[in-house]
Amino acid sequence: MFPKTFKKFSMMLAGIAGAATIAGAAHAADFSGERVEWIVPFKEGGGSDRWARFYAPLLSEALPGKPVVVVKNVPGGGSTKGANQFAARAKPNGLQILGTSGSTQFPFLLGDKRVNYDYKDWNVVLASATGGVFYVSSELGVKSAKDIAKLRQYDLKYGSQGATSLDLIPLLSLKMLDIDVQAVFGMKGRGSGRLAFERGEVNVDYQTSTGYLKKSLPLVKEGKAIPLMAWGALDDDGNIVRDPTFPDLPSFPEVYEMVHGKKPSGEAWDAWKAFFTAGFPGQKMVFLPKGTPQDIIDTYTKAFQKVISAPDFAKKAELTLGTYPQSTGKSAQKVKAMATSAPKAAQDYVRDWLTKAYNVRF
Amino acid sequence: MLDVLLTALANVASGEHLLFLFSGVLLGLAVGIFPGLGGIVGLSLCLPFLYGMDPISALAMLIGLVAVIPTSDTFTSVLMGIPGSSASQATVLDGFPLAKQGHAARALGAAFTASLFGGLFGAVVLTGFVLIARPVILAFGSAELFMLAILGLSMVGVLAGHSLSKGLAACGLGLLLGSIGGAPATGEFRMSMDVPYLMDGIKLVIVGLGIFAIPEILDLARQNRAISKDASLGSGWLDGAKDMFRHKWLCFRCAIAGCIVGALPGLGGSVVDWIAYGHAVQTSKDKSKFGKGDIRGVLAPESANNAKEGGGLIPTLLFGIPGSGSMAVFIGGMILIGMEPGPSLVGSDLDITYTIIWSLALANVLGAGLCLFLSPTVARLTTIPYAYLAPFMITVICFAAFQATRDLDDLLALLGVSLLGIAMKRFGWPRPAFLIGFVLAGTAETYLYQAVQFYEWSFLTRPGVIIIGVLIAISVWFSIRKKPENPVEEEDEKISHATNLKPQAIFAGFVVLLFAFGLIDASNQSFLGGIFTGGVCAVMLVFSGIVFYKLAIGKVDDPVNYDHEHVGEHVGMEDVQSMGHYLAWFVGFIAGIAMIGFLPALTIFMGAYLRTKAKASWLRVIVLLACTLGGLTALAHIMILDFPRGYLQELIELPWPIG
Repeated sequence: MFPKTFKKFSMMLAGIAGAATIAGAAHAADFSGERVEWIVPFKEGGGSDRWARFYAPLLSEALPGKPVVVVKNVPGGGSTKGANQFAARAKPNGLQILGTSGSTQFPFLLGDKRVNYDYKDWNVVLASATGGVFYVSSELGVKSAKDIAKLRQYDLKYGSQGATSLDLIPLLSLKMLDIDVQAVFGMKGRGSGRLAFERGEVNVDYQTSTGYLKKSLPLVKEGKAIPLMAWGALDDDGNIVRDPTFPDLPSFPEVYEMVHGKKPSGEAWDAWKAFFTAGFPGQKMVFLPKGTPQDIIDTYTKAFQKVISAPDFAKKAELTLGTYPQSTGKSAQKVKAMATSAPKAAQDYVRDWLTKAYNVRF
Repeated sequence: MLDVLLTALANVASGEHLLFLFSGVLLGLAVGIFPGLGGIVGLSLCLPFLYGMDPISALAMLIGLVAVIPTSDTFTSVLMGIPGSSASQATVLDGFPLAKQGHAARALGAAFTASLFGGLFGAVVLTGFVLIARPVILAFGSAELFMLAILGLSMVGVLAGHSLSKGLAACGLGLLLGSIGGAPATGEFRMSMDVPYLMDGIKLVIVGLGIFAIPEILDLARQNRAISKDASLGSGWLDGAKDMFRHKWLCFRCAIAGCIVGALPGLGGSVVDWIAYGHAVQTSKDKSKFGKGDIRGVLAPESANNAKEGGGLIPTLLFGIPGSGSMAVFIGGMILIGMEPGPSLVGSDLDITYTIIWSLALANVLGAGLCLFLSPTVARLTTIPYAYLAPFMITVICFAAFQATRDLDDLLALLGVSLLGIAMKRFGWPRPAFLIGFVLAGTAETYLYQAVQFYEWSFLTRPGVIIIGVLIAISVWFSIRKKPENPVEEEDEKISHATNLKPQAIFAGFVVLLFAFGLIDASNQSFLGGIFTGGVCAVMLVFSGIVFYKLAIGKVDDPVNYDHEHVGEHVGMEDVQSMGHYLAWFVGFIAGIAMIGFLPALTIFMGAYLRTKAKASWLRVIVLLACTLGGLTALAHIMILDFPRGYLQELIELPWPIG
């Protein structure tokens, strides 16, 4: 329709315009009078939306020039659409940032064909962790993780949103413990899974920490559910340790050792670590686009540092984020590196397993 | 217990609470009055203000918003024949014919009184039910929910119109369209042809607008007159209110149905108006007026859809699982202001629950009152020449469709579904049956699969399943005890004996091909991923094949023969352009958006339409355009929205809002 030269010419123009904005921003990262768009690739009202809307006003206060920070929801394609759009369109001027979640990381790690973004391109400025708790129906008679192997004699059912969602972690964990479980898909969210648990249609379930504390803990108190393990948390050296929110529950590697008598290792374990980190310790991350100048990255890092080290932050955050670490700078980069770069062998292992066990086609 | 009730009462009656409730009602009214803009738009409009607000005030605002949308969306359903939101699709069937006959005020009066009744009834039921709801909801497992979906599907028998095979094929087409995208059992992408947009499935708002709104608008545009035949409003709203009292038991039964369907998580609130409508038709002795302006066809869905909101609060508050579309919005808002739904809301936080329930009732009264008060004014819209209204309607509908995923693809999907809708309208394929199929496709398949996984086939012997099975049998018996001669849709008793059946046959052939495509696609999936669509397609190939065969051999006397071109209201009118002419305008608009983006295309489309069709003066065109563009831009700014981008925007950087 348009001559090719015209297209080239206009792209060149766009390039010049882009360069000009970078040059403009490089002078001083000051955002007065600007509007920062925080792109959330999920619907309004979901977990990631809530997280972004919690941070947005705080970030606005902490950035130089106090720009308005607004949340822009671009849902679709299991969050790949918003991330693709960010990768293709965001300008490196600090006025557009992306908030991803485990559901954005997993398709990337699995090589989903809808993914047109690469985490390597992006600069992380915040990482927010969460955790997850695995529990079973009290009718099974398993009292604690010590006799988790007893689960093998039961017909276990788990209500799932899909094998490639965050449910990959509980399914992979049970597989590594040699416990057979029948995943029943088509759940609209973890809430539906829990409802099926309450109805007695399924007998094992997992919830993220906030969901567990608010809605599953009452079931535990009523004696209907027994928590067996919390997946774990990441320490400063990248080791998986007990989740500090649930100090009484063993972590997955501990349970693995109880069952198999040795520490976990090998491809399966590498895969577990990568996907676990992408799904929990690095569940939510904030990125600046490719080619963002260092001073803007530093400005954002400082701003988030200021937000999370404010004296009243922990109290404010507890309701929305739980008591999990919020990190920026070097430690956020470490989380990002672990969460977005699984070894090839580990990736293949998971893909093979998903294809064999759940007929997932890549 | 008493002190809980008193605390809640004090909360509801406090001045600040009332103020925010009222502002929520106003916002909901403003949003709901536009077709297609429902809860999501309302929520995204008030989101920026919600965060950081005092929770109780924010909650009041949210409730006001949520409560009034199923009331105010009735305006467009009745006045324009465009479903205001998914909750009032069934209202269109009889509400709009009433408006065309000049009874707009009466229809609105009846609708709002019924809404008010339904809303209050819902609140009363809830006040008691909330305490015992938990075990009741837990008793409804996947097997029972599957049976309820079947109960919904059984309404197709009533809504099928003259030709049962055509009705069933229409429903099957809905089931097929509703199954596009990820299979519930395996996540395989069905019929998506590797298009990312289709992998997510087609959204209900787009289907509702494409199937009902666009065909109606184009049909009215070609007649180019005011909607109301003699440009007057006829009987007043008081007659409508009296209608409600005359049919109080019907409203009562529909309100109960609304409560139940709303209270069961997972069934989806968008089906309740159809169930209520089907029920009204089933239980009426004289069915001849349905689809042509029977007031019962307005009362039934309206009393049900407001009662549904009350019922929908139960799973929302107790389990954090939305019982309907607007409750999904409500839950999102609640979480944002830091209130977590959960069991505590019937325990330690019971007063909050009662505050919510009664606020909902109060918001219903406010909303219905305001709507009644406004209806004479708004009803006057039906006296405006349609050439002025049409471009605005198309703009609003495109804007609404675009909210589905905020992508140009939404508009392309709208265009595709509209073409289907236009053909279905013209050839008398019952669109309600199609919509029921679409709405229930996912529900039926998901719960069937889950029920079989959980209980194997013995789920059929569960007591709940048997009870609902009996209900289905009764419902079907009610539908067939008289020969189904209920002409839902615009079909006339004297069937159009169009003699050239070729266009109809071609469309029927196209439908057969769609089912064949569905069957081939299903055979490429794994067993669990393909069995449902494959089964539906195999059965539907038979029904659509019958329709095609009868048309192809030229059976003029058969009920399958229907062609709107031979019986529509435009027949005999002077200067009537063909449907294709106005379709070309619409296609041109969408193509324009794809080329140069939304706002530039809108400017050209609206300007040209107003100049050539409405013969408006340049001054008027400019004023109308400025208002539209300004309003949309302001809306987009608050909602943090980019308009659909076209090819032009891919080439060169343009400033917001054009780029």
